[in-house]
Amino acid sequence: MTMPKKHSDLAINGDNAVALAWKQIDPDVCAAYPITPQTIIVEKFAEYIADGEVTTEFVCVESEHSALTLCTTSCSAGARTFTATASQGLAYMWEMLPITSSMRVPVIMAVANRAVSGPININNDHGDVMSARDCGWLTLFSENVQQAYDMSIIAPRIAEHPDVQLPCLVNLDGFILTHAIERMTPIDTQIVKKFVGEFKPMHPLLDVKHPVSHNLMDGPLFYFPHKYQMVQAMNNALKVAKDVFKEFAEISGREYHLVEEYMCEDAESIAIVLGSSFGTMKEAVDQLRREGMKVGVAMPRVFRPWPIEDLAKLMKGKKSVIVMDRHLSVGAYGPMFPEVCAAALENKDVPKMYNFIYGLGGADTMVSDFMSVFKDVKDGRATRINYLGVKQ
Amino acid sequence: MSTMSLKDLNKIPVRLASGHRLCAGCGESIIARQILMGTEKDVVVTCSTGCFEVSTTIFPYTSWKVPYVHTAFGNGAATCAGVETAYKALLKQGKVKEDIRFVNFAGDGATYDIGLQALSGAMERGHNMLFVCLNNEAYMNTGIQRSSATGFGASTTTSWAGSVSAGKKEFPKDMTAIIAAHGVPFAAQTAPHAWRDMITKSQKAFECGGPSFINAISPCPRGWRFAPEETINISKLAVETCIWPLYEVENGTDYTLSAESMRIAEGKVEKKPVTDWIDSQGRYKHLKNEKWEPVVEKLQKENDRKWASLLKLCDL
Repeated sequence: MTMPKKHSDLAINGDNAVALAWKQIDPDVCAAYPITPQTIIVEKFAEYIADGEVTTEFVCVESEHSALTLCTTSCSAGARTFTATASQGLAYMWEMLPITSSMRVPVIMAVANRAVSGPININNDHGDVMSARDCGWLTLFSENVQQAYDMSIIAPRIAEHPDVQLPCLVNLDGFILTHAIERMTPIDTQIVKKFVGEFKPMHPLLDVKHPVSHNLMDGPLFYFPHKYQMVQAMNNALKVAKDVFKEFAEISGREYHLVEEYMCEDAESIAIVLGSSFGTMKEAVDQLRREGMKVGVAMPRVFRPWPIEDLAKLMKGKKSVIVMDRHLSVGAYGPMFPEVCAAALENKDVPKMYNFIYGLGGADTMVSDFMSVFKDVKDGRATRINYLGVKQ
Repeated sequence: MSTMSLKDLNKIPVRLASGHRLCAGCGESIIARQILMGTEKDVVVTCSTGCFEVSTTIFPYTSWKVPYVHTAFGNGAATCAGVETAYKALLKQGKVKEDIRFVNFAGDGATYDIGLQALSGAMERGHNMLFVCLNNEAYMNTGIQRSSATGFGASTTTSWAGSVSAGKKEFPKDMTAIIAAHGVPFAAQTAPHAWRDMITKSQKAFECGGPSFINAISPCPRGWRFAPEETINISKLAVETCIWPLYEVENGTDYTLSAESMRIAEGKVEKKPVTDWIDSQGRYKHLKNEKWEPVVEKLQKENDRKWASLLKLCDL
């Protein structure tokens, strides 16, 4: 491979960064319905269409349900297909989410994470994507605008891999990443195209000389085995993701991992968090380290498949693990907490486990708030489940 | 295809294999076979969830000898539009070379009710696809519940005839007119006994160059309560009573009555009373009771009004 041409950095928001990645990939089909805070992606992409900068067939559907339906069958017909949504849009798509994955079509969907109604709220939390977590989609998280761009380029490589063949959600926090302008280093378009490669669909519908039937009715004899095939594909995705991350580092100089770690190695207490809060928590860790506290923070880059082995390794020997959930299963824990606890069971000794629910509906969570989390745990003020910043 | 002899039609490969699981006497497979005789080109079939979908695709078997895909209940039009969009994308890249047609089959629930939004969207956007409603006038797949296509006075499992109820209280909505109002190149009503009518309409729909809609009445022995061998007779009666007139609409405004209904309009054939329709099916048997006479009168009156309105649209 020729050495990447040095590109000048851009000042760009997360939605435009995703649209830029899409433009460089130039998918065959895109169908989407606008919803705050994802709207900029479809608007920008429509602009690329209008200016002839992409060859994509762009369909302005009448709803998110039709968006994902159209994308699913377009992909099963043999076209590389992208879409984007958020919040209510993802909720409206919900019926189709497990159908897309069980049809084993690698649709790529950007999710501009936003709270789910009600009450209606347009700000960031992870209620939308967490309600989609059991639907069989690969799920990637981004910490900043650069990563939202990078994950958009990486996603099709994992999703379309013959050993995987599953759709993929690329998450970026609403407003915090979608609308905030950050500095970003793009990759040369030719290098992006070469990296992503040509879409090679399996048994596409449009191969009319070899007719196939897609998405038939399963009785009890076949439904469970078919679901198990998806389990195997998810397991395969762990290795595929690692390989793709390695290859991506070669073209970008940016190295990604199944679980991203910051100051975890010698830490006694670590937090596990998703999305843009990873950055805020790194700053909290820095400040606490200066105060002499041995703390660290980690982010599962890949949320589905759940990287059990890497998480177990991360938690080994730690005194306490704090799971930061930006969503709440009302009447239980945050959605990530039980999963982290289960991963901890892979080790002989399980750390003390704490769950902090934070930032719902865009509730501001500052560096000082995250610092207080570590301090509450250290000083024994934390309970099993805590609601950060809410007066109880 | 310009000819329409049975001999020629026989040469068109069978796309829907026999051995599917539809009930004896079901109108749906008859309609699907006739619709698919409307094109000799390659065709991709999509289905909305319903009787037709579950009966033709029980894994590991499929009745389909052409590419087929189904996703869910309320999104048949988007399911079909997705394949059609991929076709446009891959055709312009030279990755697909065949001249392919696209058709979605849906029941009346997946057309009139839960599927209306996706259908309206696809028709408005102009996808080059045919949407066929296999209209058996109720949710038959889940056990004969009323839909907005169910006839006035019909007893269904959610609109029972009882001591204080004469069955369904509402008249069916005019779905064909709703789709025609989208200004699509071709929309039509047809019936399975009128095979020549149906295949001609299918040919027009497949070659109209844009979105098209065919609403085919599909007599249902189980749901309508008649003997399986009566399907074709019941279909005929629907047209003879003007419960289901045959016509087509081009570009949203040009209404044309089809031959069989035209003969009634011209007075060459008698317009049969709705009592003939009611008497032919068990779902209306309660209407024979004297106390529901006003209901039968109301049905006849509304049927006459709609027929007169259609004749006006057809400039007759």
